[in-house]
Amino acid sequence: MWLWFHKLSSPPYAYRTAGKLRPWFFWLALAVIAFSTYGGLVLAPMDYQQKDAYRIIYVHMPSASMSLMVYVVMAIASAVGIIWRMKLAHALAAAAAPVGAWFTVLTLATGSIYGKPMWGTWWEWDPRLTSELIQLFLYLGYMALRSSFDDVQRADRASAILAIVGVVNVPIVKYSVVWWNSLHQGPSISKLSAPSISMSMAWPMLLMLLGFVLYFAAIMCDRLRAEILRRERNASWLIESAVRS
Amino acid sequence: MPAGSTQPGLLRLIGLVVGRDLKLAFRHWDQVIQPLIFFAIVTTLFPLAISPALEELRRIAPGVVWVAAMLASLLALESLFRADVEDGTMEQWTLSGQPLSVMLLAKTATHWLLTGLPLVLMVPIVGTALGMPRSVWPVLAASLALGTGCLSILGGIGAALTVGVRRGSVLLALLVLPLEMPVLIFGARAVDMAMHGDPVSGPLNLLAAMLLLFLSLGPFALAAAMRISVES
Repeated sequence: MWLWFHKLSSPPYAYRTAGKLRPWFFWLALAVIAFSTYGGLVLAPMDYQQKDAYRIIYVHMPSASMSLMVYVVMAIASAVGIIWRMKLAHALAAAAAPVGAWFTVLTLATGSIYGKPMWGTWWEWDPRLTSELIQLFLYLGYMALRSSFDDVQRADRASAILAIVGVVNVPIVKYSVVWWNSLHQGPSISKLSAPSISMSMAWPMLLMLLGFVLYFAAIMCDRLRAEILRRERNASWLIESAVRS
Repeated sequence: MPAGSTQPGLLRLIGLVVGRDLKLAFRHWDQVIQPLIFFAIVTTLFPLAISPALEELRRIAPGVVWVAAMLASLLALESLFRADVEDGTMEQWTLSGQPLSVMLLAKTATHWLLTGLPLVLMVPIVGTALGMPRSVWPVLAASLALGTGCLSILGGIGAALTVGVRRGSVLLALLVLPLEMPVLIFGARAVDMAMHGDPVSGPLNLLAAMLLLFLSLGPFALAAAMRISVES
């Protein structure tokens, strides 16, 4: 039953599988993002209070979810790499870090742009914004630690520890609006109760989140393949297939 | 685990680690007080940079003391593991068959006694320097006592990760400061609330909870990080 998991730990298999899956993820992502953009900009109704300015939430909220999701993926991959000593899990974590950092930058930037008309300020030191900024520093620290080691294996294991220790910030970001009365609005979508936002406004956000996840999967296929190439450049399977083609 | 009487028990092991570190520290006590002098100097910079008026300093005093404490603890972390890793002692510790997590926690606790606790004892000095009312000093001392404990453990994990890196002090700061930000937020907030007369049990309890969390899970991260750094 776990055969697929063990198969994926082989670099040539993972390389080929990622190559095959990538077009599916990419084109599906493009289609979903395009449709969500249309839904968010055109189909969703205008807010009675914020008029059209609220529409940036269709980019802001999915990026915020992705910035946290990618870090969790990194932490899980790092844990898998340490426990099962799977090189590719470490490669996945290494490849995912810059993507997560960019999602965090996008969240902070779109949040700033949203904040100016809404709250009258580009920035506030409220708990959610502060913890999201800490999230960005955690990503940057992870990438800095990785690059400071010459030996790939030590870099992998050291940054895995850092990723696992840093995952404690993710629930802080997520629940910051529940635990503190802050400027940032509270959670509108919860698993357990009816959403406080109407469905006609919410569906482009959820669909855009799906689009971002698919886009992340597509990007990760490319980045994982590049990481495999970098790590396995002296391996016989790679040299043979390069010579053959 | 051999049942022979040649293996020390856990308490004896901790006693040996703590005793060794204290002995080494007292031989070089001039190096031990350097972070404390740094703390005093940084605290002095703010009245020079902002305003000598005590009413204005009073308002920013909690934050200033806390940031100075964080920076001083970062400097002090250099002396936590580097000497032992460089002369091979740490390698022997990882091979010794004794629980590395316990030994490293004992080492970190001793380090706190030498670098964190003195900051707490310096509260009257910095409190007077920044014009903080005397009624607030106990809250500042309590928040620093709990907070520097957290900073020592988090800093220890960062130090263990970066001990093999050339010129790793800046990297250590980059890794450890974001993780320490919640400690700073609650620590400074507790003192700020005390200055406004509000009850401080909230932030202080949260600091204590964080310290307990780091005390319980930190040693495993410390040991894992140290094994990675030492085996090359």
